[in-house]
Amino acid sequence: MNAPANTQALDPQMIPPVASTTARTRPLYWSVRRELWENRSIYLAPLIAAAVMLFGFWTRAFHLPARMRAAEAMDSVTQTNLLATPYAFSAALIMFAGLLVGWFYCLDALHGERRDRSILFWKSLPVSDLTTVLAKFSIPLVVIPAVCFATIVVMQFIMRVLSSIILATNGLSAAPVWTHVPLAEMTLVLLYGVATMAVWYAPIYAWLLLVSAWARRNTFLWAIFLPLAICLVEWIVFHTGHFSKMLGERFNSFRPAFDIVPDDGSGVIIPLSQLTPGRFLSTPGLWIGFAFAAAFLAAAIQLRRFRQPI
Amino acid sequence: MSCIEARGLRKTYGSTVALDSINLQVEEGRILGLIGPNGAGKSTALNAILGLIPYEGELKVLGRNPWTARDLLMRDVCFIADVAVLPRWLRVSQALDYVAGVHPRFDRRKAEHFLTRTDIKTKHKVRELSKGMVTQLHLALVMAIDAKLLVLDEPTLGLDILYRKQFYDSLLNDYFDRRRTIVVTTHQVEEIQQVLTDLMFINHGRIMLNCSMEEFESRYAEVMVTPEHVAAARALRPIHERQVFGRSILLFDRVDHQQLAALGEVHTPSIADLFVAVMGQPAPAPQGAAQIPVPGAAR
Repeated sequence: MNAPANTQALDPQMIPPVASTTARTRPLYWSVRRELWENRSIYLAPLIAAAVMLFGFWTRAFHLPARMRAAEAMDSVTQTNLLATPYAFSAALIMFAGLLVGWFYCLDALHGERRDRSILFWKSLPVSDLTTVLAKFSIPLVVIPAVCFATIVVMQFIMRVLSSIILATNGLSAAPVWTHVPLAEMTLVLLYGVATMAVWYAPIYAWLLLVSAWARRNTFLWAIFLPLAICLVEWIVFHTGHFSKMLGERFNSFRPAFDIVPDDGSGVIIPLSQLTPGRFLSTPGLWIGFAFAAAFLAAAIQLRRFRQPI
Repeated sequence: MSCIEARGLRKTYGSTVALDSINLQVEEGRILGLIGPNGAGKSTALNAILGLIPYEGELKVLGRNPWTARDLLMRDVCFIADVAVLPRWLRVSQALDYVAGVHPRFDRRKAEHFLTRTDIKTKHKVRELSKGMVTQLHLALVMAIDAKLLVLDEPTLGLDILYRKQFYDSLLNDYFDRRRTIVVTTHQVEEIQQVLTDLMFINHGRIMLNCSMEEFESRYAEVMVTPEHVAAARALRPIHERQVFGRSILLFDRVDHQQLAALGEVHTPSIADLFVAVMGQPAPAPQGAAQIPVPGAAR
């Protein structure tokens, strides 16, 4: 039975009939699409945050000409900060919105499907647990950062155009908006920041996915209190705080990825020269984090095999 | 190759034995009804067959180990677990897109054709559909998949009689082609008596009865015994006796139908009546008297 099938496969002309009966499938792609259908907050939250920021920027933009006139006497750094602060602030806020969406998404990703029993439908289709969990992991790791990056770039561009129009209509030069806040450099730094943050937080996302696959209820409490309990036990038993120190460092993705000297007067714009990709990639913490993420994901995949509706 | 083959299939949850080393063989092209009270082990058996739970013993579904090769197996196996598993946020169009995107044997046009016969529109979300319509949608998706084995676990639970009738009608007319195999569990046994080719009773994790419908009809006879023949009838050792309107109805296993005809009116019993008789018996020896060789082997 197998032998003729094998000889057929060797003959390229015999392949089309086989292909016509079984359509090509893309389980990973459709699994990601499915997550976007279910969790529209993945793209709505950054968009809404951007809309709110733009509205705030627009209402304050009318004071811009007066402040620019006042700043003309001052030095270039102050001028830059005046112009750039709204960009940096709004970008940080959208990244934070994306972070929150990612965390809550992960906590529900493997729990919600058990709660509403739909896991039985998903498991009735030829999509492996590996594909499913990886698709879900790609949401906070790739999709949300990409959405945030695109949203921020578009939002900042609209801000620039808006500032330019307002300055120009008030008889001021719009040039500082484009020269003091360099577009290309800012976009590159933003891309770097979004990417490093995503991979730095990978173990956190994987941990949240694991909790959502494991806990029967109260995923949020388990996700928070289990690490806290470890900190507490370590402190009581060993009188040390290595675990809490490790957690603290994990929540500060800037330290290894950027070379920022506090209060050096360079202001809110991070220049390309302050990016330290080499140091970031050689930080043991990054690779230890990946190892943890891989272990958590493997555990989540195994757990999903056994999981039934709750 | 048998569609499903189990030897010594066993599953325990703590100290509870859900499946007690059952042997089972389902040939291709059969429609097997798995009947049993709640907690009898039906769903456990189906979950093992579908690769949703680990188990002890040997189990092959379409020649594959369902626990280790679930995602491969699901290309050839479909299941409807019960009426409420389609996620409520899913749009009908998205359901079609998704299944078409992940299932190599899904025929989208076929599914759309089935849907045109219902009131379901592709823009509807599952949460906007009635329970019966959700089942129709799920059935449309499943029937458009060219699978070898279809497993239905209480597919018509909570549906009204019209939808239930329609469900089995479309299954038989539009789907079943004597090559596919269907395994179904349900409590509404009367409705599937005409549908099944094989019957299996399961209780306390054991198979209490396992026969084809032909054997069922030739083996079991229900006799409405006239009062003067009751003593003679009881001497033939009926497996069950009940009283209806003052008449005794006795159920016999492997007693010559000619002989029975002398005692009163002879019928084929309903599955429900046989179920009561078999389940009401004092616990038989495991895999005991009530069991005869595997279904399908008779052919």
